Amino acid sequence: MADAALDAIVDRVRAARADKTPLAITGGGTKAFYGGPVTGAPLDVRPLAGISSYEPSELVVTVRAGTPLAELEAALAEKGQCLPFEPPRFAAGGTVGGMVAAGLSGPARPAVGGVRDYVLGATLLNGKAEVVSFGGQVMKNVAGYDVSRLLAGSMGLLGVLCEVSLKVLPQPVAAATLRFELDEAAALRQLNTWGGQPLPLSASAWWDGMLVLRLAGAAAAVQSAKRALGGEVIDAALAAGFWQGMRDQTDEFFVGAAKAVQGGATLWRLAVPQTAPPLGLPGEQLLEWGGAQRWVVTSAPAPALRDVAARAGGHATAFRGGAPGDAFAPVAPALMTIHRGLKHAFDPDRIFNPGRLYPEL
Amino acid sequence: MNAPTPAEALAQPALAAPAVVSAAERAARQQQIVAALRPLLPAHALLHSREDTVPYECDGLTAYRALPLAVALPETEAQVAAVLKACHAIGVPVVARGAGTGLSGGAMPHTEGLVLSLAKFNKILKLDPLARTAVVQCGVRNLAISEAAAPFGLYYAPDPSSQIACTIGGNVAENSGGVHCLKYGLTVHNVLKVRGFTAEGEAVEFGSDALDCAGLDLLAVVIGSEGMLAVTTEVTVKLTPKPQLARCIMASFGDVRDAGNAVAAVIAAGIIPAGLEMMDKPMTAAVEDFVRAGYDLDAAAILLCESDGTPEEVEEEIGRMLAVLEGCGATRLQVSESEAQRLTFWSGRKNAFPASGRISPDYMCMDSTIPRKRLADILIAIAEMEKKYDLRCCNVFHAGDGNLHPLILFDANDPDQLHRCEQFGADILETSVALGGTVTGEHGVGVEKLSSMCVQFSPEERTQMIAVKTAFDPVGTLNPGKVIPTLHRCAEYGRMHVKKGLLPFPELERF
Repeated sequence: MADAALDAIVDRVRAARADKTPLAITGGGTKAFYGGPVTGAPLDVRPLAGISSYEPSELVVTVRAGTPLAELEAALAEKGQCLPFEPPRFAAGGTVGGMVAAGLSGPARPAVGGVRDYVLGATLLNGKAEVVSFGGQVMKNVAGYDVSRLLAGSMGLLGVLCEVSLKVLPQPVAAATLRFELDEAAALRQLNTWGGQPLPLSASAWWDGMLVLRLAGAAAAVQSAKRALGGEVIDAALAAGFWQGMRDQTDEFFVGAAKAVQGGATLWRLAVPQTAPPLGLPGEQLLEWGGAQRWVVTSAPAPALRDVAARAGGHATAFRGGAPGDAFAPVAPALMTIHRGLKHAFDPDRIFNPGRLYPEL
Repeated sequence: MNAPTPAEALAQPALAAPAVVSAAERAARQQQIVAALRPLLPAHALLHSREDTVPYECDGLTAYRALPLAVALPETEAQVAAVLKACHAIGVPVVARGAGTGLSGGAMPHTEGLVLSLAKFNKILKLDPLARTAVVQCGVRNLAISEAAAPFGLYYAPDPSSQIACTIGGNVAENSGGVHCLKYGLTVHNVLKVRGFTAEGEAVEFGSDALDCAGLDLLAVVIGSEGMLAVTTEVTVKLTPKPQLARCIMASFGDVRDAGNAVAAVIAAGIIPAGLEMMDKPMTAAVEDFVRAGYDLDAAAILLCESDGTPEEVEEEIGRMLAVLEGCGATRLQVSESEAQRLTFWSGRKNAFPASGRISPDYMCMDSTIPRKRLADILIAIAEMEKKYDLRCCNVFHAGDGNLHPLILFDANDPDQLHRCEQFGADILETSVALGGTVTGEHGVGVEKLSSMCVQFSPEERTQMIAVKTAFDPVGTLNPGKVIPTLHRCAEYGRMHVKKGLLPFPELERF
């Protein structure tokens, strides 16, 4: 990857290291709201752009981190393939590097896995201004530690992502969306019961007494599941719009949430076991991922949300809004020691995105 | 058991234990360890006499052996914590061990250290059919999880060939795969949470009961870390609904290139088979002799291509697969008509290793992964190497993943054959890296592939990995000397492998 764009970024990092000035790694800025505030000179990775290699029969694409996500998805769609985890886009202009660094996945997450499950390899510019590569372009690889998957969701803490190799899959041949009138507890029970059966479940969303379910896979499997499950069949175009709204948070629920956040409330994301009973939190609530992801709009204080999530076996993130520097749930002291050690291992001078994940990192 | 026998370990006893000490020093050290651990464990759970520790001197890679100073068999997590704290305090290396089925020497003892056998942690603690999860102790066998889940129509998807014996803790250490991982993923895709202990003996949990956790995804790096970052005691796994039906196509090809192209063509057609495996002609002959499954002995290569799902889905997919395979020049196609026949098709593939053991005194199994499109290239390269090193090689592949298991046949009693076999193996690994692949797909680096890591990673990359190790285990108590070679070792390896008049790793200082 010897080239001018990379050389320029390496020089920036080298200089930042010499002056001990922090850098705020940026791409399209579509997820600037996510995580803690960073004071640092912006380091725009978008010059590192382009698909380096893509062979559909290998199910692998290698792409530079500054490439627009939309460009990657269009290239995959042209060959009938996709990023199965449906990364949220929030707005136009997001990059592949931002997708990996934020580690966020969309509606299909419980069925197909998340971003990290599709990362096969990565090239990273670390805090010593070294360009290092881990993993590779093959499906199975246990040579050394799996550093590339660790980068998914690392919020730019460990270095500048330069290039990633991702596993891709064929787009599902068929899909169908069904709607059921169910209260929260009944919806959770039903989702988990279905989850234990060999059904082509692909996504789910529950809000305000209505459960929407997506099936996806082979045509025969979708057809037979549709017959078995019943419910009201939603028109395909309408359904596609609905799931896109879930994925990109443009659905009515999230529009309402955005307004509430402007008014001082917080949009919380609770990741809990999918069988966790209704959490009984105040405010509007949307369930996704078969119950494993619950969005709550509330002005309740952070410790209340964190406590409820922890008791259910999960954690709560102040996704939009909330107190600066308190987006992510604190981790246990033994794990924070490891976090500090890893930060030091990759970025000893603490140049990259200080405070984006936790204030002390 | 027939096993790989790279002589490097024998020639370099310093491989895992740099310090060479006298017998008296060793005895003193042993006394110190036993004295420190005796108050922490029941008497029967601490072994140190030679006859008691010899069974632990190797794992599935029997050529690499080292006698530990002691073996601890704790029965509770409190004992694990206490043993780790004590070893950390007196600077004793600790090598955790499950069933000892690993194929790269990852559980080979440290001559100055303790083996921490977790064999007593063999209970399934909780199985929740509604949540589709099981909480199991690390010593539970892989297959035992699926057996316990079967009454609920669920199973644990990763199925390494050794699944009848290997433990989930070992699977976590190696990020084990299996024959169905193209569709169902590796260990890392099927584990939610790992509970264990740091090198200092502090309890930690990586991952959570939810689909993600706060902070960095430490679970992703702990899985596959070969026991070097933490000691696993408990694992929460995801369970998958068992497909209603599975059927398998057995396809013969007259040319390995056609078979390799067929693998790519199946995937290019938008099909993700439940399993896609390949055997070459010598391997087919060896397994047919062993299992009598009715394999086509005239074929240059055989593909096993499996579909699973609802009966309608399988019917549709088998039809599409047959069309692709036929279009790629398959000379014979057979579809399993019953579960018994499907298992017969698989029997040879699953018995490739013992079948090789019957036709040769010893064999060395390689484990590299390459891009699928290079399958034919590597087969042709391996055929050339057979002539070059004057040794036979049988090939089985997880073709869908591009993961190769060439089995080099040799006689370890003949030092020259052993030497040629090692060169043959190193050549396969280096060729795999040159083709865009990796030196190990699922067996791990352990001690066996330390030198090959020098080929795949730069000094900066290896230094970065050592820094990751230090973040988890600052003193280097857990499984020291494995996985990441030192710069010095790579320099030595480079010196031994002068190619085309040029030294590899020219950036390293030498002499």
